[in-house]
Amino acid sequence: MELFTPDFGLIFWMFVAFGVLFLILWKFAWPAIIKGVDSRAELIDKGVEYAQAAKEQLDNARQEAESYLNDARRQQADMLREADKMKTQIIEQARVAAQAEAQKVMDNAKLQIQQQQKEARQQFRNQVSDFALQIAGKIVHNQMQQDDARDRLVDSMLDEIEKNN
Amino acid sequence: MTRIKIILTSLLLAFAVSMASATAPEVAAAEAAADNAEKKINPKKIIFEHLLDGYGWEVPFDHHHRIPLPVIVRASDGWHCFSSAHLDHGHTYTDGGATFVIAGPESKFAGKVVELDRGEEIRPLDISVTKNVCALFITVLLVSGIMLWLAAFLRKHPYRAPRKGLGAVEVCVTFVYDGVIKPILGPQAKRFAPYLLTVFFFILVMNLLGLVVIFPGGANLTGNIAVTMVLAVCTFIATNFFANKHYWKEILWPDVPMWLKFPLPIMPVIEIFGMFTKPAALTVRLFANMMGGHMIVITLTLLIFIFSAMSPVAGGATTVVSLFFSIFMLLIDVLVSFIQAYVFTMLSTIFIGLAHEEEHEKDDHAHKHDIGKEIIDTLV
Repeated sequence: MELFTPDFGLIFWMFVAFGVLFLILWKFAWPAIIKGVDSRAELIDKGVEYAQAAKEQLDNARQEAESYLNDARRQQADMLREADKMKTQIIEQARVAAQAEAQKVMDNAKLQIQQQQKEARQQFRNQVSDFALQIAGKIVHNQMQQDDARDRLVDSMLDEIEKNN
Repeated sequence: MTRIKIILTSLLLAFAVSMASATAPEVAAAEAAADNAEKKINPKKIIFEHLLDGYGWEVPFDHHHRIPLPVIVRASDGWHCFSSAHLDHGHTYTDGGATFVIAGPESKFAGKVVELDRGEEIRPLDISVTKNVCALFITVLLVSGIMLWLAAFLRKHPYRAPRKGLGAVEVCVTFVYDGVIKPILGPQAKRFAPYLLTVFFFILVMNLLGLVVIFPGGANLTGNIAVTMVLAVCTFIATNFFANKHYWKEILWPDVPMWLKFPLPIMPVIEIFGMFTKPAALTVRLFANMMGGHMIVITLTLLIFIFSAMSPVAGGATTVVSLFFSIFMLLIDVLVSFIQAYVFTMLSTIFIGLAHEEEHEKDDHAHKHDIGKEIIDTLV
């Protein structure tokens, strides 16, 4: 029955040894180990959480980018359409303006031409009358140099005066 | 992988060789010769010699020499400290004014150091560093070394997981800490984890060392009731000294019909009795399991000698069968070593956890209490 009777020496040493071991580990080992294990577990948890959040954010960002891109595309199309409209409008306006200007220029030119025509005609008339007078003068001069003609004219003129009176 | 294979193979080979050489007839004869020069072996003596403590440490293949260990006793004239080699083979040793001898088998102090005083045997106060005490020191060195190593690693690389051997140690730590201590103790986990983890690794290393057949191992430490008793007393202290008010109320004034506690305090008596049965159960379970394992292995080995004494043929056949069963039992014991360390830790955790129950969570508390009781019932 010695098996079931605890020996004093062993109990004593067991208390000492276990106490020493417990104190050593309690002071130097367990806090560091538990802290290390816990902090690593926390880090891993945080990492997973962070990765999930990052993935979500990435998905969101992608969606956002997509929507931005779509917006931009729509805006671009709008702008292009607007620009096109504006272009035709401007061209139209320019055409109208040019037409009006051209009309004005043409009207002016017409007026000027008419004016000049009138002037030319007046000038021409004056010149013709000048020429005619000169010619007439010359003819009269020439004719007046012949005595018979001179007499005849005087006669005719006198006749005419007579007739009138 | 290959390294592990090589290590395992060489271990098994060494084990097989030691077993096989132990079966060789001349060794058997030496064994018998050691047994008071009689040709017969005394299995009971050999078994108990192995299961019990000793003043020296056996050396493989040598039955005459032991590793001497210090004997420390306080005899009638004061303290004495000398080598156990002086007492080998029943020699008496006179140190100063006192004469010592290891008591013979017919004495009531069989196997222990006694002081001889005028023909009378007096048992002195004995705190010798015996084989078990020496194994205890080796365990303390091993456990503290391993754990300080792991702590140093974790301090140096705060966010790195250790690999290989240290990784295995860490797995065991988290297995106990995250698997047992945290779920049962909850917010109290950090407070009691140092004690519980120390207990787990202390028992585990003692158990495993006990399975190693040569020098640093081979002591039947956790199969010694003194060792398991001290551990259980520590758990008892941890449970009762840090218990909360509710725990004491449950013991001294439990929630039962009045006639069960007044005028005759039936339930309080049962509860107080229960306080002591818990550590007693812890003591006996670990002790009986580990002692049983050692006993089976050594008995299987001794079968070879017993049958060899009858006839060589029977001995040969028994050798094969015994060897096979011994290896099988040792492998089972490796598993048992772990399970027993785990169970002791888990039960300690549950006992401590029961002393920290809070009253206000009534339903939850009843439920937890039931689970605790259930586990205890199945294991005790």
